Amino acid sequence: MRFSAQVFVTLKPTVNDPQGNAVLGGLHALGFESVETVRVGKYLTLTLDAIGESAAKEQVDSMCERLLANTVIESYEVEIESA
Amino acid sequence: MPSRFAIVVFPGTWSDVDWHHAITNVLGVDAEYVFHKQSTLAGFDAVILPGGFSYGDYLRPGAIAHLSPVMRSVIDFAAGGGPVIGSCNGFQVLCESGLLPGALMRNRSLQFRCHPQNLLVERAATPFTSLSSVGDILSIPVSHGDGNYYVDPEALALMESKGQIAFRYCDPSGAVTEDANPNGSLNNIAGITNEAGNVLGLMPHPERVVERELGGTDGLLVLHSMLESLHEHVG
Repeated sequence: MRFSAQVFVTLKPTVNDPQGNAVLGGLHALGFESVETVRVGKYLTLTLDAIGESAAKEQVDSMCERLLANTVIESYEVEIESA
Repeated sequence: MPSRFAIVVFPGTWSDVDWHHAITNVLGVDAEYVFHKQSTLAGFDAVILPGGFSYGDYLRPGAIAHLSPVMRSVIDFAAGGGPVIGSCNGFQVLCESGLLPGALMRNRSLQFRCHPQNLLVERAATPFTSLSSVGDILSIPVSHGDGNYYVDPEALALMESKGQIAFRYCDPSGAVTEDANPNGSLNNIAGITNEAGNVLGLMPHPERVVERELGGTDGLLVLHSMLESLHEHVG
């Protein structure tokens, strides 16, 4: 079966995000004073073949652990849909 | 037997030629380029992972490079006690490969920093610093956008207690201050070793200060230390 996976990689909450802070400053400069925090992350989409949704999830989790995220500084979330 | 240095080259490595010049022409020692697809380091006594932008820094600096065939050999080489030095992107590759703890993030300033940098020697009992003394101040340039060292607090405490911090960013008087920190690294960390001490990662570029004509010779201290440790090893 064919699945599509969406992977969201973000810096862990305990890790300072200078890019996010710079974007926050930019938003404030535009007058969006209501913005309190900004975190910048990565969004990856992939398609893959697997026997079922949980098998697909397992594969993508393993990809995150080994390459897509650096778990020293980043956390990740995976969403799977049949494609 | 004369020593041989391996200089690992990934697509996007840019400091390989500077290292080759420093090792062969200045140090007078044999050095060879080792392409990332090569899977053996047989016959080499030391390994250099130079700076640059391996694989365009895609995903994260060092993330793709650490999966290259040559890195399996580098991991084996390090496990056997052989000296491995990674500078700049090489440091990032060492962290991604797990040979060194922690990670290097975007500079706190978000700026690419390229300037002479004072470093405080924190540990002289390594193959890379044996000719220096703790407290020495070296001037070695930095040139990076992602040198902001991070590791979780527990791991940091462990590294500090085991003496794995080799260099810290400091001011000209040797004071470790916020102002002297070019990238936001935790505890002003500029370079670290593994527990065994035979793997060093540092953001600065020792290969760029090996001749007076280049503006300094403090990088020679690292190179000469490595060479001397190899001679001790063999002899």
